[in-house]
Amino acid sequence: MKRLVVGAHYGLMDWLAQRVTAIFMAAYTLIVFAATLLGGVASSREAWHAFMANGFIRYLTFLFIVSLCYHAWVGVRDIWMDYVQPAAIRVTLHMLTLFALVGYAGWAVQIIWRL
Amino acid sequence: MPPEIAKPRPKYLALHQIRLPLAGYASILHRVSGAGLFLMLPLLIWLLQLSLEPTADGAAMFSAVMGNLLVKLILLGLLWAFLHHFCMGIRILLIDVQIGVEKQQAHSSAMAVMVVSLALTLILGLKLLGAY
Repeated sequence: MKRLVVGAHYGLMDWLAQRVTAIFMAAYTLIVFAATLLGGVASSREAWHAFMANGFIRYLTFLFIVSLCYHAWVGVRDIWMDYVQPAAIRVTLHMLTLFALVGYAGWAVQIIWRL
Repeated sequence: MPPEIAKPRPKYLALHQIRLPLAGYASILHRVSGAGLFLMLPLLIWLLQLSLEPTADGAAMFSAVMGNLLVKLILLGLLWAFLHHFCMGIRILLIDVQIGVEKQQAHSSAMAVMVVSLALTLILGLKLLGAY
């Protein structure tokens, strides 16, 4: 049996995930932008804190963070797959990317969850 | 063998001689902007943290960091990266559903991505730099 440590058998799933996370993040961006422009949520630190501490916004922000990290994982992994051929180096870069993104996700979620 | 088939091999690509269509450059910039955003994620999360710090120390730290010229320049670059990635992403999603697939439309939409993302960077960037 031929075993591969790298490959693209998960292509369709990731292609779809890239689109779904992109659509969610675009919608979130427009919501926050509209709230800034029309609701003045960035006019003061207190207003910004209250906005981000709102339960529904926090829920959306949590989904945004998860979407961003998944989206970045697929995108950065594609860059490594395109330019780095040696399997050992590529897998190492994949792992470093994953560690970084999972850590960022934990850090960012912790910021919004203690508000 | 006819002479026109006997081409010199191997053939190496001269990258500086390749003339890409505008959509090709927009596509490369989509990748570059995505990579830049990924590399600067720690800075952005740190700024989010400082912006939500309830203490006076946090507020002072946030102001100090945002007042730093290097940080401003990086954020200006990231602003363009985000806007380009955003606009180009919408273009990709539209092409996925068969909108704007024709050659002329694809060229126009690539031009629109470049122009809109740069214009928005100018408008929002002036705000970032405190011009208004």
